[in-house]
Amino acid sequence: MVISQIIFYMLAAFTLLSALFVVFSKNPIYSVLWLILCFFSIAGHFVMLNAQFLAVVHIIVYSGAIMVLFLFTVMLLNLNSETEPHKPTLLKFAAVLSGGALFLIIIAAVRSTMPVPYVAPQLSEVGYVKNIGMKLYRDYTLPFEVASILFLSAMIGSVVLAKKERFN
Amino acid sequence: MENSIQSVPQNWYLLLSTFMFCIGVMGVLLRRNAIIILMCIELMLNAVNLLLVSYSSYAGNAEGQVFVFFIMVVAAAEVAVGLALLVSIYRNVASTDIDILNRMKW
Repeated sequence: MVISQIIFYMLAAFTLLSALFVVFSKNPIYSVLWLILCFFSIAGHFVMLNAQFLAVVHIIVYSGAIMVLFLFTVMLLNLNSETEPHKPTLLKFAAVLSGGALFLIIIAAVRSTMPVPYVAPQLSEVGYVKNIGMKLYRDYTLPFEVASILFLSAMIGSVVLAKKERFN
Repeated sequence: MENSIQSVPQNWYLLLSTFMFCIGVMGVLLRRNAIIILMCIELMLNAVNLLLVSYSSYAGNAEGQVFVFFIMVVAAAEVAVGLALLVSIYRNVASTDIDILNRMKW
């Protein structure tokens, strides 16, 4: 067994375990912390796939910004006590069953697909910053600018939504 | 150290991200706390990101990674707006239980 296969197995087991703990832990704070670990292991997968730029962006955006936002909201709403009412057992059983059924259906659908052929090693350097930047600023300039407008509208929208209505 | 493209088959990444996506779906169906549901949506988005990056790396095409970049942009905006909505809901009904919010059911 090659060393990269061992690293893949360890990262995959870590990713799946932390994702399961996100779903099944009772306390929302623990869910947020497990989700941060899951995002770090996905960044490790990106490094193994030669996508270094996306790995760094993933750590900065997800673990740095989004999860801090989640943690801040959980602590702001004082949800760290285990006060969440749970669904009845029949509904839990149905949820797990339908998740497993979806997994089986997707596996059965993609089982007959063709595996992607390997490319030459000099072509597999697509994840470097130079190639991504070339692609982003040459072919995808308009979506890049539209994304900034999306961020602006999301910022205005969240400020408007979370503001207290004092005037009525 | 060699990268995993040469020695790990691409089907393993397909299996891994399918399993992660189904864990996210299961969490959305299972939990009642709206914050956990948002986190499970993030989990599903990350499963799709992982699959896109693996396909793009194996096929030697950079456009998949550009798409992952845009998915990250949309996810960040979605989380900001979703958490603002959640804070506003909590201010009105003092709970984040989604089974309370059934006023628009019919």
